[in-house]
Amino acid sequence: MKPILLTLPFLALLTSHTVPTGPAAAAPRGDEVGIVRGKAAFQGEAPRRRKVDMGSDPACHQLHADEPLRDESILVDDKGGLANVFVYVSKGIEGKFTPPTEPAVLDQKGCCYAPHVLGMQVGQKLVIRNSDPVTHNVHSFAKKNKAFNQSQQSGSKDLEHVFDKEEVLMQVKCDIHGWMSTYVGVVEHPFFAVTKADGSFEIPKLPPGEYTLTAKHEALGTQKTTVTVAAGGTVETSFSFAEQ
Amino acid sequence: MSSSPAAPAAAPGRGLPVLLALAFVACALLIVLGVWTHGRMPTLASRHGASIDAVIRYLLVATGILFLLGHGVLAFFVLRYAGAGERGSPHASARTEWRWALVPVLVMCVLAEGGVLIVGLPAFRQLYVDTPADPWVVEVVGKQFEWLVHYPGADGMFGESRAELVSDARNPLGLDRKDPNVKDDVWTRGQLRLPVGRPVVIRLRALDVIHSFTVPEFRVKQDLIPGFLGRTQFEPTRAGKYEIACAELCGLGHYRMRGFIEVQEQSEVDEWLSDQDPAF
Amino acid sequence: MAERSGSGVLSAPTAPVGHAGAHSAPQGYLRRYVFSTDHKVIGLQYLLTAMFMALVGGGLAALIRVQVAWPTLAVVAPETYLSVVTMHGTIMVFFVVSLALVSGFGNFLIPLQIGARDMAYPLLNALSYWTIVPGCLLMLLAFFVEGGAAAAGWTAYPPLSALAEAVPGSGLGQTLWLLAMALFIASFTMGGLNYITTILNCRAKGMTLMRMPLSVWMFFVSAILGVLAFPPLTAAALMLLGDRHLGTSFFLPGGLVFGEEVLAHEGGTPLLFQHLFWFLGHPEVYVIVLPAVGIAFDVIAAHARRPPFGYRISVWATLLIAFLSMIVWGHHMYVSGMNPLVGEYFSIATVSITAPFSVLGINLIASLWRAKIRFTTAMVFALGIISVIGTGGLGGLYLGTSTSDIYFHDSYFVVGHFHLMIGVVTLMGTFAACYHWFPKMFGRLMDERLGKLHFWLTYVPMMAVFVLMHYQGLSGMLRRYYDHSMYAFQAEGIRLARTISYFAFAAIAGQLLFLVNFGWSALRGRRASENPWEATSMEWNTASPAPHGNFEADPVARRGPYDYAPPGSRQDFAPQWTA
Repeated sequence: MKPILLTLPFLALLTSHTVPTGPAAAAPRGDEVGIVRGKAAFQGEAPRRRKVDMGSDPACHQLHADEPLRDESILVDDKGGLANVFVYVSKGIEGKFTPPTEPAVLDQKGCCYAPHVLGMQVGQKLVIRNSDPVTHNVHSFAKKNKAFNQSQQSGSKDLEHVFDKEEVLMQVKCDIHGWMSTYVGVVEHPFFAVTKADGSFEIPKLPPGEYTLTAKHEALGTQKTTVTVAAGGTVETSFSFAEQ
Repeated sequence: MSSSPAAPAAAPGRGLPVLLALAFVACALLIVLGVWTHGRMPTLASRHGASIDAVIRYLLVATGILFLLGHGVLAFFVLRYAGAGERGSPHASARTEWRWALVPVLVMCVLAEGGVLIVGLPAFRQLYVDTPADPWVVEVVGKQFEWLVHYPGADGMFGESRAELVSDARNPLGLDRKDPNVKDDVWTRGQLRLPVGRPVVIRLRALDVIHSFTVPEFRVKQDLIPGFLGRTQFEPTRAGKYEIACAELCGLGHYRMRGFIEVQEQSEVDEWLSDQDPAF
Repeated sequence: MAERSGSGVLSAPTAPVGHAGAHSAPQGYLRRYVFSTDHKVIGLQYLLTAMFMALVGGGLAALIRVQVAWPTLAVVAPETYLSVVTMHGTIMVFFVVSLALVSGFGNFLIPLQIGARDMAYPLLNALSYWTIVPGCLLMLLAFFVEGGAAAAGWTAYPPLSALAEAVPGSGLGQTLWLLAMALFIASFTMGGLNYITTILNCRAKGMTLMRMPLSVWMFFVSAILGVLAFPPLTAAALMLLGDRHLGTSFFLPGGLVFGEEVLAHEGGTPLLFQHLFWFLGHPEVYVIVLPAVGIAFDVIAAHARRPPFGYRISVWATLLIAFLSMIVWGHHMYVSGMNPLVGEYFSIATVSITAPFSVLGINLIASLWRAKIRFTTAMVFALGIISVIGTGGLGGLYLGTSTSDIYFHDSYFVVGHFHLMIGVVTLMGTFAACYHWFPKMFGRLMDERLGKLHFWLTYVPMMAVFVLMHYQGLSGMLRRYYDHSMYAFQAEGIRLARTISYFAFAAIAGQLLFLVNFGWSALRGRRASENPWEATSMEWNTASPAPHGNFEADPVARRGPYDYAPPGSRQDFAPQWTA
């Protein structure tokens, strides 16, 4: 049973747009660790999602000829859940964690980054792929890590980078297609999550203890809360964001 | 004469001088001809552009004549004075030398400087100093590697932009939503609509590095300097589609910093504008 | 042996470099050939270094032509292309042309032509060369650092050159570029001061200023221009280093946004850099072009057997060109947002340079009138120079006139124009100098047949390349573009791109031919006498190659430098050192 369960995060990594937690160095027993669950909500009326103007590149515009892309900056579902909030344990984790061998993958498809928010660990390989028919320019505006700025032609080989410092959130932007940005959270440990479309997130396998949870949204700022995790227990928490 | 064995032969064949003279003549003829066959400028589409074309045409004629003349004389001398033979004294008096110095000075003063003063500067002034009445005003902001076009809307007032408010995806111009002038503002990525037959003034700003707004058909080029509010003005005279290109090295995407202009009737431009999403 | 009238006898040993008189103790190999203070050795060192850097610069040129003509091949990435373009320009202007022509031949010729035994400051001279060597190394090192070599153009405009986030080459690469340029400027300043002092103070007896060859005059004016014009660039480089590493804001205004963050800089303007850069940048082109013109006059006089037409007038015209060249820099900035009235002034002033410059052109052509032209390789190159100056110079009018410049700025018209003037004219001047003074350097002659082939492989392809670029500019094609194919309006210009590239490859191949000729002839060329061209200027008053200490006895100038076809004489030349 356990090996199958352990493969699920890997599959999730490869197929979904939200980010699963990375596996810890050693798989702890279910009754030794706790889970933090929660929801990020948006207060007030959901802002209108503007159509993304791809006018500066007709090739990109063509890819969305049937259905124009809409801005992904503030994604609120009909129940007020806020997606793409990066939640991670910012204080309370001790020890070093080996980074996963599986790389974190950032894809450029439809002149859009997938995922829109990516979580990964310090020392983990980041693979950047160009699945589009156009040239992109992957420009990371890292402040704590080494920034990079590279062009990537269509069909060329993947770019690879490794970050060695914690940094939440690092903007990675395509300078050629100005609407294209993704935000990367690089954390020293695997206890992070990105809220799904309904605003929900889950950080499992946390050792018991008191932690500070930080939730950061690309446009709506940062929220913090403290949680106490008991062995075998689940903690529920929530974050509320509003436009400034 | 030298008896050194290492000196070149005293009487070389006529081959090389003939070849050289031919080369110089051919060069001059081909270059002048080439202007016709390969030097086509894009079709003119602006009013002031005619005066720029006039300056260029003037220079083509003036420099063309001087060029043919110069190479002709050069080729002639190369042939005529090749090798040893009876020549007159090559020494010229000081007066002769001064006279021949005066020739290029006079020619250049008239043709070159005259061209500048009479043909060139009045056009330059028209472009830079004159201010048109009732222009269509729009703002173009350069940022690696896009032309962000900002329309002031019906109130004719540009909403305020602040660098701190820039959000690449949602608000690349950094427009202040609290500014009442912003309400009717429209912005696009690289879509510039201009009315035909009406003077246009384009405010030019840059957010990161120097860019340069150029549209060859309009004969327009003006740098966008960060920290500086620049402007360019012209009157589009032909409806149609044109491209904006960047004419100042601005980074790795410089070669594909492309914008799209459509020149239409004012009513069509207004209609298109009203169809666009407002800034906020 | 050439006949001589009057006194001034010199024996003409054909042995290689000896040490006639100057040193009593024998010198080791290193002291004689590596760390020499002899201006001839230093000149040759500069020339060889320039040839090496030319291989790099030429290789970069080939890369550019492949990328522009075959963009789908994507031989380099866009960011790398910008480094290639930047370094090609920087290396060629400063580390090839200036090094070979001004530093190389200036050093070699000045003491010989004015009848001095060496430069005024031989040790400073050696220092100037050894300063340039680390400069070259730093420039080349930049290719191997993170982010690659500088990529903001040889013009290095900020903010692009000031901010690492703007383009990868603006990381360490740009810093190395600035440091290498600082070394270059230091080296050039040392050399310039040396030239000026030597020419003013070390001329032989009887060698008045108006008896100096025109080549020396040109080196003199070039050195003065350089010494006056480089300091603002030094200042600009220091200020740019400050903006890059010390948090200053000389060139950076407030409100710069990268990655949704406003940079902390405030209060500066990019235009200041442009003014400082071009204040050097414009005189710099005359620094390198004038020596080529001077060499052309010298070579034409010797091989056409008549004095240059209008010697004195050429001197005055050159002084006027030099003066004017310092007050016209703004023509590089017509569309920068500079005050239009200032633009009008710059246009008037810039175009006024055509007057004295065309005087030089007329004098060059008139120096063929009633000549007896010997079509040696050197002469053929000098004749080619006249053609190229005429072509490139007239093209300058389109750019100097502010109105037309609006259309041509940053187009391939500019690229074609400046390559003709500071690329082809200067290179051909260097080649003419090589073929003409090879006997003085190595005691041998370069192969004439290979030389003529070299001429045709230089003149024809290079004219083709850069004239065709003028047409590309006329059709609207823009410079520094990795790939032009995305634009409909550039389609017309692109049609010429492959033709240009093929001609460029031919031109590059021709230069390899020259290098082979140079190397082979230095070792095995036909031995030359003291004065194989039967020339009149003072450098021919000594052995070939010229020995250490230059002259046996202290030379005396008894007439002008170009006494060809002396009236009433049976000989068609009267050397300067003869009565």
